[in-house]
Amino acid sequence: MEPALVLEGITKVYPGVVANRNISFSLNEGEIHAICGENGAGKSTLMKIIFGMEQPSEGRIFLKGEEVHIRSPQDAIDLGIGMVHQHFMLVPSFTVAENLVLGMEPSRYTKLDKSKAIEATRKVAEQFELKVTPEARVEDIGVGMMQKLEILKALYRGARILILDEPTAVLTPQETDELFEQLLLLKKRGHTIVFISHKLKEVKQISDRITVIRKGEVAGRFLTSQVDEREISEAMIGKLMGGGAHREHVHPGRQALRADSLTLLDENGRPVLRNLSFSLREGEILGVAGVEGNGQRELIELITGQRRLQEGSLSYGEKELRPRSIGQVRSLGLAYIPEDRMRNGCATGGTIWENLITNRLSDKRFSRRSWLRKREIENDSRRLVGEYDIRCSSISDNVGQLSGGNIQKVVVARECASDPSILVADQPTRGVDINSAEQIHRKIIEMSRNRTAVLLVSADLGELLDLCTSLIVLFNGEITARFEDISDLDEKELGFYMLGIKRQGGVS
Amino acid sequence: MNEGFFKRVRTAVAILVSLLLAFIIISLVSKSPLRTMGLFLFGPLKNVRYLGNVIELTIPLIFAGLSTAILFQANLFNLGAEGIFYFSGLTAAFVAILVPIANPFLHVSAAIAAGAVMGMIVALVPGYLRAKWNASELVSSLMMNSILAGVGLYLLNNFIRDKDLTEIASLKLAPSALLPRIIPRTRIHLGLVICLCFVVGVYLFSRRHRIGYLLRMFGFNHRFVEYSGVSSFSMIIIAHLLAGFIAGVGGSVEVLGMYDRFRWASLPGLGFDGALVAMLARNKPLPVLGSALFLAYIRTGADIMARQADVPAEMVSIVQAVIILLISADRFLHGLEERRILKKALA
Amino acid sequence: MFWQLIFSSSFLFSVLRVSTPIVFAALGALISDRAGIVNIGLEGIMLTAALGGVIGSAYTGSAALGLFFAVLSGLLFSAILAWFTLKMKTDVILGGIALNLFASGGTIFFLSILTGEKGTSSSLPSKVLPDITLPLIARIPVLGDILSGHNLLTYVCILSVVGLWYLMNHTPLGYWIRAVGENHHAAESVGIDIFRIRFAALLMSGLFAALGGAFLSMGYVSWFSRDMSAGRGWIALAAEAMGGGLVVRTTITAAFFGLADALANTLQTINLPSELVKTIPYLGTIIGLALYAVRRSRREQKKGRS
Repeated sequence: MEPALVLEGITKVYPGVVANRNISFSLNEGEIHAICGENGAGKSTLMKIIFGMEQPSEGRIFLKGEEVHIRSPQDAIDLGIGMVHQHFMLVPSFTVAENLVLGMEPSRYTKLDKSKAIEATRKVAEQFELKVTPEARVEDIGVGMMQKLEILKALYRGARILILDEPTAVLTPQETDELFEQLLLLKKRGHTIVFISHKLKEVKQISDRITVIRKGEVAGRFLTSQVDEREISEAMIGKLMGGGAHREHVHPGRQALRADSLTLLDENGRPVLRNLSFSLREGEILGVAGVEGNGQRELIELITGQRRLQEGSLSYGEKELRPRSIGQVRSLGLAYIPEDRMRNGCATGGTIWENLITNRLSDKRFSRRSWLRKREIENDSRRLVGEYDIRCSSISDNVGQLSGGNIQKVVVARECASDPSILVADQPTRGVDINSAEQIHRKIIEMSRNRTAVLLVSADLGELLDLCTSLIVLFNGEITARFEDISDLDEKELGFYMLGIKRQGGVS
Repeated sequence: MNEGFFKRVRTAVAILVSLLLAFIIISLVSKSPLRTMGLFLFGPLKNVRYLGNVIELTIPLIFAGLSTAILFQANLFNLGAEGIFYFSGLTAAFVAILVPIANPFLHVSAAIAAGAVMGMIVALVPGYLRAKWNASELVSSLMMNSILAGVGLYLLNNFIRDKDLTEIASLKLAPSALLPRIIPRTRIHLGLVICLCFVVGVYLFSRRHRIGYLLRMFGFNHRFVEYSGVSSFSMIIIAHLLAGFIAGVGGSVEVLGMYDRFRWASLPGLGFDGALVAMLARNKPLPVLGSALFLAYIRTGADIMARQADVPAEMVSIVQAVIILLISADRFLHGLEERRILKKALA
Repeated sequence: MFWQLIFSSSFLFSVLRVSTPIVFAALGALISDRAGIVNIGLEGIMLTAALGGVIGSAYTGSAALGLFFAVLSGLLFSAILAWFTLKMKTDVILGGIALNLFASGGTIFFLSILTGEKGTSSSLPSKVLPDITLPLIARIPVLGDILSGHNLLTYVCILSVVGLWYLMNHTPLGYWIRAVGENHHAAESVGIDIFRIRFAALLMSGLFAALGGAFLSMGYVSWFSRDMSAGRGWIALAAEAMGGGLVVRTTITAAFFGLADALANTLQTINLPSELVKTIPYLGTIIGLALYAVRRSRREQKKGRS
């Protein structure tokens, strides 16, 4: 039988990064096919290409044996490909029925027959056995129904191939079970389903075949029945690249940061952090490992004063405190390398020296009674540029013109230059070239040598294993593993904990 | 700096295009287009008096431009300089008329100071509404303009109006409160020195002072400044206070330097021009000097043209509008910019 | 005396009359805001249309043609704004400010060229749109005095409110506009052309504002004068923001500002200082804006932002 969809040699290049490299992939009709890979591995890009939201730089696509060119989502829809995105594409103030028929009404100016829309919704919902309330407004329904609506939207428009991007990320276990029942029903009716996930239990539960993507390439093709979670995980995470900076053995000092029984509920009442406790001492580099979306962001927001504490406590140094703002926390000696350097970490319209001095304006060396001492600041900036090997023509260059790695070095330089007692580093080398990453790593180790306590949150296992003196793993808002000595820990093991496959018993 | 270069090219082309448009309009309307165009372009250069007019007009434009530039640079679209100019000028007039101080230096300073303080107070209304509750400063500042015009006129009519005159004007301002003229055969007054000081002052402040630096960074990326621990609330309030102060001084200086009575029965329009001056100057203090001069020049040219030829002076609004549109159109000359970037990348 | 004035049918009549241009402008603000573009140029459109109506009717001798010209000039104006904002990526606010400047000076310029006058168009024999007496309703005792006898455009305004309500809530076009404004990704994902919808919305916005402008110079008064829009475009924006983008609520809010305006007019007839009374609509707008902003920020705080 002809495969439903074949991708041949798909390569996608963005300026500076190869998102997909020579990916070949075939999809059989009536199967449920899982795509697994870490964040940034290239899965989303591949799906965007199939759905026409991006064009491949190279490669061909064949639908039922015939070559096709999918230039827009409309093309994909016309070809029978539907996509359910991770972030729902629904209009909140419309009802379920209105969202379903959006764009497909009979004519533009005549009355929209709301009852007909509701009828149509009911029919299609029954047809595919997906329970939705046609009259309900999208802003009032839960994510489970939103997802069913998204699926119905695709089916209503005639999709035979359904792509689901991380569908269970926002669902409760019961909603996940419901979803899987529906997927199996769709499969029975001959629909083909591709779903992206890194929840290996689910992948094992529902899929027929698995393709693993790592660093933009196909890293493994498996028949689900013939593979176990560990093998999948190994393919996803792969081998550690050698070299680079390595942690030193530092004798930890006094307590710098302490979290006790932190619990946090999100605006829908769902627990995002569950009873989290850990402590960080001077000179330590404590790594927080975990796949994105397991509570890391909220934890950092609590520690840096961006989010109000609900339950539990935080202590900075020895003092317990409920932080009110970033400013307050910074004045206690906390430095913070934010995850999104372009959005929060720098001002691209400003020069390099302007971006380096923001956190040291009250330092007497650099300002005299609120007037900046230009010469001292410039000297200091030049020193930092040299120390961090920031590639630029002068300190008066606009930060926006630097490469990603150099911008990150500016951010790191600024945060470390204030000689902080706590350094919170959130994905410090994401999107950064290897050289710059290494330099940043060396700097972090140097900071720990100088008695700074470092909290390193990262999805990059190699980074964590290289630099950290101790490690905690966050899964579903809980600490599922704690490692005081990680010299024997390897990335495979760590991967199991990160993906929830393993769990240290008795860890709260 | 590629970005700056292209912005400057865009500014220059925008000015050229709009002047070309002016010429087209003139040719359509005037019976002797060349002479009229000549009056528009070169009229102000004819004699000292006209040149003086240009400088006189530059003074309030610099104040309005600086005030608005501070706000625009911080991404705050506040057009309240108009109302502040008016009301602060009125405040200064009150001090000039009702508060007898013999010493001219003290009297002038007191009047200007009163206007400046009033300017800051007034500016706090849209400032606070935006800082605390994110209410549109555009709408609230425009409303304030109209409110201040009404309240001001009421105060003028009921407290310092000269009943002997038919037109609406205040009593005579005390001579001790007036700014002296500094260039003979013109009406250029000490305000020129004051506004130049302000240009330098704002420049130094934004480049060398901690708060000026923070305001600039805030304008580039407000989240960055928040992440550094500085609250947006304080930034918005400070920007408004500064802008109010400058506009307040500007209004006071204009009244005390150019008039012997307070004569504004309605908003003088200088505040809105401040927006144009700021935009032309890309919201930076030093270029405000040049762009205020440019605007004053074409305004004076338009006035001369209107008086001595047959084209109404309002044509200059059309020129101004076209300039703004072209300058702020990011995609204007985009093709040219792209081609150059491409060439550089491939070289 | 004050209360007698307010609760008279002639006052309520004047409220309807005075609210007409504000409601028109607010409807214009609504349709473009719902599509995701704030139409800052409403002032300029009103002004341009007001002049267009006067000039058109004076030179053709027909009020109907005058109205046609008013609408045409308004549409042209919004087309320019749309092109600059959508195609040339001009900042929406700057583009609006620029066009308002253009209209403010340009209308005087144009008027001056045609008539030699600068302040008003009194020398032009411009026509006025007729007042209409509603046949049956005029006979109802109190209500008749309030509702009947208004200018044609006032009734057009009322019909427009109904029409826009119907468009936004019951036609596919209305849904597409709302989708583009609320979540343009959702709209794109079902194949809606965002550019065309936004362009259309801006044009319709201009149409409403133009009708408001035509009313000013061909119904409210019968001439054009400098800056006669008097900030109504801005008041309409505030009203629309406070009305949450919903047709009925926006109309009510706009009518409130119309009430303030009518109040200001009425109070001038009794011995309250006219300069202060004239500020009532603007004062009301700021207070309204502030109240709305406070409520909105409290709502967002509840959503759990720290």
